[in-house]
Amino acid sequence: MQQLVNTALSGLTLGMVYAAFALALVMIWRSTRVVNFAQAPMAMVTTFVALAVIDAGHSYWLGFGLALLSGLVLGAVVERVVIRPVEGKPEINAVILTLGLFIVLHALASVVFGNRYRSFPAPFGVRGVEVGDTTLGITGFGIFSIAAVLVVMALLVLLFRVTDLGLRMRAAAYHQEVARLLGVRVGRMLTLGWALASVVGSLAGLLIAGGSLVHPGFMDSIVVFGFVAAVLGGLDSPVGAVVGGLLLGLSLSFVSGYVGSQLVALTALAILMLVLTLRPGGLFSQPAQRRV
Amino acid sequence: MTRLRSWWSEVTLLRHLVLAAAGLLVVVAVLESAGDFRSLQLASMAYLGLAAGGLTILTGLNGQISLGHGALMAIGAYTTALLLPDRESSTPLALVVLAAVGATLAVGVAVGYAAARLHGPYLAGATLALAVAVPGVALFFKGRLGGEQGLRVVLPDIPEWVLDLAFFVTGQELTRSRYVAYVAWLTLVVTFVLLANLSRSRVGRRWRAVRDDAVAAELAGIHLGRARVSAFTVSAAAAGAAGAMMAITVRLAAPSGFTLNLSLTLLTAVVLGGLGSLTGAIIGAALLTFLPQVVTGWGTDAGLSDIRAAELAPLVYGLVMILVILLAPSGIVGTLRRLAVRRTRGGPEPAPPATDAADPAAPSSSDALTTTSKGTSP
Repeated sequence: MQQLVNTALSGLTLGMVYAAFALALVMIWRSTRVVNFAQAPMAMVTTFVALAVIDAGHSYWLGFGLALLSGLVLGAVVERVVIRPVEGKPEINAVILTLGLFIVLHALASVVFGNRYRSFPAPFGVRGVEVGDTTLGITGFGIFSIAAVLVVMALLVLLFRVTDLGLRMRAAAYHQEVARLLGVRVGRMLTLGWALASVVGSLAGLLIAGGSLVHPGFMDSIVVFGFVAAVLGGLDSPVGAVVGGLLLGLSLSFVSGYVGSQLVALTALAILMLVLTLRPGGLFSQPAQRRV
Repeated sequence: MTRLRSWWSEVTLLRHLVLAAAGLLVVVAVLESAGDFRSLQLASMAYLGLAAGGLTILTGLNGQISLGHGALMAIGAYTTALLLPDRESSTPLALVVLAAVGATLAVGVAVGYAAARLHGPYLAGATLALAVAVPGVALFFKGRLGGEQGLRVVLPDIPEWVLDLAFFVTGQELTRSRYVAYVAWLTLVVTFVLLANLSRSRVGRRWRAVRDDAVAAELAGIHLGRARVSAFTVSAAAAGAAGAMMAITVRLAAPSGFTLNLSLTLLTAVVLGGLGSLTGAIIGAALLTFLPQVVTGWGTDAGLSDIRAAELAPLVYGLVMILVILLAPSGIVGTLRRLAVRRTRGGPEPAPPATDAADPAAPSSSDALTTTSKGTSP
């Protein structure tokens, strides 16, 4: 019973992080119709920025803040420099570019930071929280992760639902031509969208890294889980991405706890294949929807 | 001359066979002058070329991306390793390769059916998941698949008649590394002839139609899903053969050989060579085989440690890949071809988009050229 609860709790924590990462993928997909596979190494690079700052003797929070800031800059730069030139060209070009970026960031991180595993500090306890005399499978850092993702989601909802800027960003993502006619600076909105998504991805990277080991490939499997979570939710829906992330986190946690952690990625692949075979539009799609 | 050229571009099968025979002659000439180390290097160029050839068919002709060709190679390699556990294994090499292709084909059909029939990023994502998942499977079934250490592959003895034939033709004893290189290159040539024919056939035309305009293709009666799944399946089969060749070249099937990086560098090879061009796939494979040593050498000269210098090669691949897509989307072969066409025609050619790069045997641009020359010559 206790193992069940603990597995579920750690699944919930992981699920929130996957949800954040899926959300980052969905934000970019909605605005530019690209699945940004380079999201994983981008988050890895910003995590290494945080590690460098912390290793230099500064506080965790300074590293945390600088990592998010560098995520913002990196996302904007990538959109302006790499993705913008192939806008309107076949989609495959943009996908190949994100993969080129994937390789470049990976290799750069290995050259600059080295290839070995390094431990990443956590600002809160990484031991289970004790309630009465039982130790629950959720750590102080886990609670922080859930809270951080919830705060970011709330901020995003506020941005997109309440502010004028969010409305313009939605307009640019919904229909570029019409938005442009209405005076929206579409290019700027796309850059901002990539930058914000990159911040969310960086947050997910920091949360995965906290209290564990980082190396240049540590986010590679997370981009798979984020993608599966996003597809579970229909790839187009932020709410779906969050629900998909939680579902995936729970199921992977149970596989990891009861079968073996080596099969986690295979389970993710199986779930993805199942969803694509039965409900390609995501779990919540209407059967009538169909895309050529 | 023009008549000869138009005749040449029409006899597809004959042309491919002649090219294959010429290719085999080159292979024999090169391998006979190569030492053991060089032979193994050329064998690894052959298996990379095989996998890249499969990938270029998928990406160039059908416009889909697979990030899992490294994982598909792993399936071929592990099948080979399971069938060749010791010297007594009596399975002939040809059957082993066919079994490896069959196993990879099965996985290709399963993943392809789920992901490839849909338009969108689904195949890329699913194959990425495959690339991340496959090493874990080898680790989980430690007893059967050898865990981290992997499985050793024992090359069966070279058949007598092959030894005799090799001595008769070349006058040299056939060493084992050279034998492996011959097997790998022969597999490559046979596979490429099949792929080139396929891409010039009705099947290949369907793939291209789906790539260029899905709606128009569907109106023309092409089943979109079926075309996409079949392209991925064929491509996966080539990766399976590549995996089998890799297993007998490296004599080991271990998870560390089939990282996500392998899949991504294969994609680099395809993009560098030119999407959709089998010649480009071979050029890309040559770059993948011979470039790393050069670049790593620069790195150590510049004072980097060996491990860090080894990462310079992927850095160069990635940067070049980005630059190719931004500046010359049709890759090396496509760009050369366009220059050649421009020279013979004396006028600028409109730049084709990346996916419109030339197909293996005869490019669309030279097709256009042939029609013009036909029209003008009496």
